[in-house]
Amino acid sequence: MATVETRDIRKLFGDVKAVDGVDLLVKEGEFLVFLGPSGCGKTTLLRMIAGLETQTSGDILIGGQVVNDLPPRARKIAMVFQSYALYPHMTVYRNIAFPLKAQGFPGDQIPQKVEWAASTFGIGKLLHRKPRELSGGERQRVALARAVVREPSVFLLDEPLSNLDAKLRTSARDELQQFQRRIGTTTIYVTHDQVEAMGLGDRIAVMSGGKVRQLGSPQEVYNEPADTFVAGFLGSPPMNLFERDDYIAGFRPETFLPVGLHDTSEPLVTLWAKIHRVEHLGADRLLYGTMRDTFPNEKVIINIPFTVEMQITPGEVYEFAVKEKDIKFFDRSTGLRTEPRRFWEKRS
Amino acid sequence: MTKHTQSLADNERWLGRVMIAPAIVYIVALVGFPFFLALFYSVSNITVGSTETSFIGLENFRHLLHNRTFLRALRNTFVFAFVSQALVLVLAKTLALSLLKDFRGKWVVRLLILLPWVAPISLGSIGWLWILDSVYSVINWTGRALGIFGPATWPIWLGQPTLAMASIITVHVWRLLPLATVILLGGLTSIPQDIHDAAAVDGAGFWRHNFQITIPLVLPIMLVAMLFGVVFAFTDMIVIYVLTRGGPYDTTQVLASLAFFTGIDGGDLAAGAAIALFLFPVLAVSAILMLRLARRTEVT
Ligand SMILES: Nc1ncnc2c1ncn2[C@@H]1O[C@H](COP(=O)(O)OP(=O)(O)OP(=O)(O)O)[C@@H](O)[C@H]1O
Ligand SMILES: [Mg+2]
Repeated sequence: MATVETRDIRKLFGDVKAVDGVDLLVKEGEFLVFLGPSGCGKTTLLRMIAGLETQTSGDILIGGQVVNDLPPRARKIAMVFQSYALYPHMTVYRNIAFPLKAQGFPGDQIPQKVEWAASTFGIGKLLHRKPRELSGGERQRVALARAVVREPSVFLLDEPLSNLDAKLRTSARDELQQFQRRIGTTTIYVTHDQVEAMGLGDRIAVMSGGKVRQLGSPQEVYNEPADTFVAGFLGSPPMNLFERDDYIAGFRPETFLPVGLHDTSEPLVTLWAKIHRVEHLGADRLLYGTMRDTFPNEKVIINIPFTVEMQITPGEVYEFAVKEKDIKFFDRSTGLRTEPRRFWEKRS
Repeated sequence: MTKHTQSLADNERWLGRVMIAPAIVYIVALVGFPFFLALFYSVSNITVGSTETSFIGLENFRHLLHNRTFLRALRNTFVFAFVSQALVLVLAKTLALSLLKDFRGKWVVRLLILLPWVAPISLGSIGWLWILDSVYSVINWTGRALGIFGPATWPIWLGQPTLAMASIITVHVWRLLPLATVILLGGLTSIPQDIHDAAAVDGAGFWRHNFQITIPLVLPIMLVAMLFGVVFAFTDMIVIYVLTRGGPYDTTQVLASLAFFTGIDGGDLAAGAAIALFLFPVLAVSAILMLRLARRTEVT
């Protein structure tokens, strides 16, 4: 177990700034998720921590020790790749035993360790098979078993679940989290799937354009986005953002409800919107519309839980309300979060 | 008319036959026919210009086994094939690995390595003839100028049996290296980068990485290349023909060149055919073995 720290780390590929000055401290035993859109530099950052890619500048520390010049094998890490990267010519047993042999583990204890790792992931019966004789889910387990068998101090996982179907992904996510809690190894997990990030992470580092935009718990990044990128990236549908003179105001679709549905103990802001289209998504009802008065003709998305039975007809104008504290403000030029403003009339 | 062409193009059975016909004609005319002719010659007493021939059974082969030149050539063939293959394998692997890395001017190096393959072999060999010449040898003059060769050292590269054999092997290796390198390079680039990364993270050092990951994964393609190389070394004679013509005193003959000099130059067709066919069973068996091996090793 160890901490992982990056200090102003950068990576240039020619002119492309893949990673552009990242400062991070992953705590001991923590499950940290790198979340961001495709091409934002998540994999590159992870590969630099693994030592598979050399940083252009900056320092990497594992367990408080600078590892800039250490090769991957000296960093006491284990990595699971998106493709799983199982050795195709070796049986499952030899795949799992490979890191032990490579690190000079005493030969007579290897079978026992392999058995342990395999049974942890329920693949004890597959040890004699070759990777091509396994299903996607089984391969993923073999990859995990190969990673844990050497008891590394840090786990690095690069979208390990993205090749699984939706159902398997949910159960694998569950198992992965339970397993991590049990062994308590510091873990860095890369994904572009926000549901995965929210569900797994102790903290989430939201990345874009090679930078970390926000680092915080799932609740923090969701409820208190640090800038308009984070606000627009998280949540589906994302936060409604409205540009005004020098600021941007925003609120989440599920906080903007028909007036009658709010309890009135908290200060509310009421706004009118014309609804154009209604979408029924099982648990939710999505309303697509445009705002009236304060933000004329700006598009808005509203998310009402299906338990609300109110009739809503496309083409009609309705009065909605949002709690004052649910409205977030951002600077228009920098996109960064600012102090709350008032754009509404004081409600009498 | 249109109808007729269309029906031929549409009729897969006939189209298949028509398209494969040239290949069959080619194989029958240039491989099959000479092969059976050679089989027939090898059990006869035919010579160039003989008017009648008779069947003499395995007499030609029995005769060969008592012929010193033949035995020498037989040994040379094996030395030539295996030493050159081993060298090609090691050098091609090294070259391919270094060409896999990115560095400045990589394309120049690639071009230089491929050059021997695209240049006509006789041209290259003539270059080598000059390099290895008894009077003008570049190696000798350079060695002398640098003081590596003393005043009494003046190797005659193509005139001393051991040196001549070494020279032939060197030129053969030089000649096969580009193709072998490119084949291996193809095999190496087909291994996903993730596999190499996984091995690096798993703690494999240089040797383990090479012998347990890289080589097993390129083994199938390597075996095919090796099969090709061995068969080629067993049957090819052009380097020997250009450099030494089997000399000095037939000490650098291999079976292919001996068969040529005996059968065509010497006119003893029966003996030539017997020499040429002597290793046929060995080659056929080794081809079958290697192809089976290649099919059994698996890559995904
Ligand atoms: N070897 C490379 N050479 C040049 N550019 C690269 C290289 N690797 C990555 N890049 C570039 O760096 C940027 C970040 O790539 P990276 O693979 O880290 O993205 P990512 O966040 O992992 O995306 P994804 O979610 O699609 O995997 C991209 O713009 C990519 O084109
Ligand atoms: Mg990636």
